[in-house]
Amino acid sequence: MNIKELARNENSEQRFLAGHSLCRGCGIPIMARTVLNSIDTPVVVVNATGCLEVATTRYPTSAWGVPWLHVAFENAAAAASGVESAYRSLVKRGKLPADEKVTFVVFGGDGGTYDIGLQSLSGALERGHRFLYVCYDNEAYMNTGIQRSSATPFGASTTTSPAGTKSFGKAQQRKDLTSIAVAHHIPYVGQSSISHWHDLSQKVKKAVAKDGPSFLNVLSTCQLGWQHEPREAVKIAQLAVDTCFWPLYEIENGRYNLTHRPPEKLNIKKWLSTQGRFKHLFENGNEDHLAAIQQQVDEDWERLLERCENDKSYFEPLQETNQTTLSAEA
Amino acid sequence: MRLIQGNEACALGALEAGCRFYAGYPITPASEIMEWMARKLPALDGTFVQMEDEIASLAAVIGASWAGKKAMTATSGPGFSLMQEHVGYAAMTETPCVIVDSQRGGPSTGLPTLPSQGDVMQARWGTHGDHAVIVLTASSVLDTYVMTVKAFNLSETYRVPVVLLLDATISHMRENVELPELEIVERITEAEGGEDIFGNRAFFPFGVGPRKVVTGLAHDEKGKPETSRGQVGERLLKKALDRLYVDRDHIVSYKNYQAGDAKWLILSYGITSRPARAAVDKMREEGEKVGLIDLQTLWPFPDELVQSYSEKVEGILMPELNLGQLIMPAKAAIEGRAPVYPFNRADGKLFTPAEIIEAMREIMYNGKLDQTAILEQRRNGK
Repeated sequence: MNIKELARNENSEQRFLAGHSLCRGCGIPIMARTVLNSIDTPVVVVNATGCLEVATTRYPTSAWGVPWLHVAFENAAAAASGVESAYRSLVKRGKLPADEKVTFVVFGGDGGTYDIGLQSLSGALERGHRFLYVCYDNEAYMNTGIQRSSATPFGASTTTSPAGTKSFGKAQQRKDLTSIAVAHHIPYVGQSSISHWHDLSQKVKKAVAKDGPSFLNVLSTCQLGWQHEPREAVKIAQLAVDTCFWPLYEIENGRYNLTHRPPEKLNIKKWLSTQGRFKHLFENGNEDHLAAIQQQVDEDWERLLERCENDKSYFEPLQETNQTTLSAEA
Repeated sequence: MRLIQGNEACALGALEAGCRFYAGYPITPASEIMEWMARKLPALDGTFVQMEDEIASLAAVIGASWAGKKAMTATSGPGFSLMQEHVGYAAMTETPCVIVDSQRGGPSTGLPTLPSQGDVMQARWGTHGDHAVIVLTASSVLDTYVMTVKAFNLSETYRVPVVLLLDATISHMRENVELPELEIVERITEAEGGEDIFGNRAFFPFGVGPRKVVTGLAHDEKGKPETSRGQVGERLLKKALDRLYVDRDHIVSYKNYQAGDAKWLILSYGITSRPARAAVDKMREEGEKVGLIDLQTLWPFPDELVQSYSEKVEGILMPELNLGQLIMPAKAAIEGRAPVYPFNRADGKLFTPAEIIEAMREIMYNGKLDQTAILEQRRNGK
C-alpha cells in the first residue's frame, strides 16, 4: 500500500473525517487516520478522554464515520472489553454473522493509558479480549493544559513540572509502557511514530490479524506542549526516531524485531533543541542532565538491539487459553 | 489590591492556611490550582505530587495528613466521583484534609466545562454510609480565598474532610482583591493538646505519641478496630456528627445582603448569588423589599438560620444551577413557614439578574412560579 492508497482507503468508508478541532500541527489526526485506514474490516472505536475525544465530538458535530464510544478517562479498555465480549456472544448465538469480522480499536492518550487507564488496560490485556489498543503518546496531559504524565520525558518542563530555580523540569524517567504491555504476553506489541506512516500502517495490519489483544504505542507531537512551530511536527517526530529516543520496533509472540534502523544515530540534543519544553536544559548548570538523558537513550538502545538480535522469544506466547475461557463465559 | 483568578485565590488561601502538601490530577476547570501549587510549594519546602488518578490523589492527601502535614487536593465532578471512597475513609479515620471541587455540568463528562452546582448533594452524601463532612462554597474570588482558609481551619478543628465547592465560572474569573489577614488554626500535634483519643482535637501523626493503627474499619476511641460491637462504631459516627451540630454557629458562614427587612427572600449560594445580588439591587431601586442570603456553608445545613428568615418573609426563591438539590434540606428546615419556590437550570448557563427578577415578581404578584416558561421564553429569544 502506498500513501495515496492509504489516504483513499478504497477498502472502506471514510472513518476519520474533516471538521475536527485538533490544532494545526497536531500529530493525532495523522495517527488516527493511518490506523483506521489500514484496517480492512468494519471498525468500532472506543475512545478514552483526551484531545482526540474532545476535539472530534464538539456538539453537534462529529468527525467519526464509524461507531464510536467514549465512557470516561480511566476505562476505555474496560468499555472495549464489554463491547468485544458482547459482540462475541452475539456471534456465538447466531445474532450476528460469524464470517464478517469486526475490528475493535481503542484510542487513548498517554494520560489515559500510562496513568489513569493503566489498570483497565492491564485487566483487558490479561483477559485476552481481541482488540487493538493504540496509545497516542504526546508525552503530557495536553487537553487540560500541559501537565506532566508518566510518559513525560526526564527534564521536560510542563505546568506541573515547571523548570525554575528549584527544578529542572520533570525529575523522573518516563515509564516504559511498551514493556509493560509486553509483560502481559500478548501476541503483538509495537512502537511506532506519526513520522513513519508506512511503519505504523504495517504494524496495525499485523496487530489486527492476531487472535488476541494487541497494543501499539505511537509517538505523537503536540506543538503547544512541546513548543515548536506547527509545521515542524513530523520532522520533530522523525528526529525522536533518528536519535533513538523513540525506536520503532515490535514484539511478535515474544520476539523483538527492530522495524526501522536510523541510518545514523543522532545526538539527543538534535531532538531536544527543537522544542521549547527542553530549552532550559541548554542553559548553564544543566550539562549533567543533558548527559544523563543521552546516557539513558544509549543504554535503552543497546538493550533493545540486544533483544532484537537475539532470536529467542522473551515469553511463551499465550495460546488459545484466554480466548477459550472468554468464549465459555460468553 | 491584586487582580487574581479564582483558582489562584484558592491556591493562595491554601498556602496561607499552612497547606504544605498537594496531590492531584489534572482536570478542567480545577487544573490551575494544581499548577499554582506546583510552582509555589517547592520554595516553601512543601511537597507537590501529581498522581496517576483522583483515587490516588486523595489517598496521598490522607497519607500526608497522617504524616503530619496540612494537605489538599482539587478536582472537578468526574474526579470527585472517583474520590468518594476516600472521602468516606477520611471521615471514618477522622483525617483532616481539604478537597476542592470546581463544579462543571454533569453527570459523567457532562458539559465540559460549563459551570454547575450539581455536586451539592454528592459532596454531602457521595460516599457510602453515614459520615461527618463539612461543605463550603464561595461566590467571589475574595470569598474563595477566605473560604479556602476556613476549610483548612475547620478541617483541623473537627478532624473531618472539608469540601470546598467552586464552579467553572468562579474558578476562572478574575477580580481585584485585597487579601485579608485571617486567623489560622494550627494543627495540635503535641501531647499538650489533651488525651490521645482518636478523633480528639489533638492530632498525633505517625511518629508522635503511641503507635497508630489507621484503618477504615469502625473503631473505638483509641482507634482500635471494633467491629464485633456495632454500637461502638455508631457512637463514633454520632460523636463526629454531633460535634458539627453543636458548633454549628462557628461552622456556618453566610452573607446577609439586605435581608434584614426583606419581605421576599432569595436563598442562594456560590456563583448564583452574583445575579441574585444584582436582582436585589434593581428591585430595591423600585421599592420592592427583596433581600438575599448568600450561603457559604452548605453542610451542615444552616437550618436555624434559614428557619428564622422563613418566619419573617412571605416567600423564598431558591435559584440553583442544578435541578433542585439544596432546596431539599431548606424545605425540611422551613417546614412550611413560608412558600419556597425552586428555580433551576442545568444547561451550563448562569442565571441572569433579569431572570431572577422575573421569577421573583411572578412569586410576589402571582403567587406561583412557572420556571420553565421563564427560561424557555428567554432561550427562544422572546
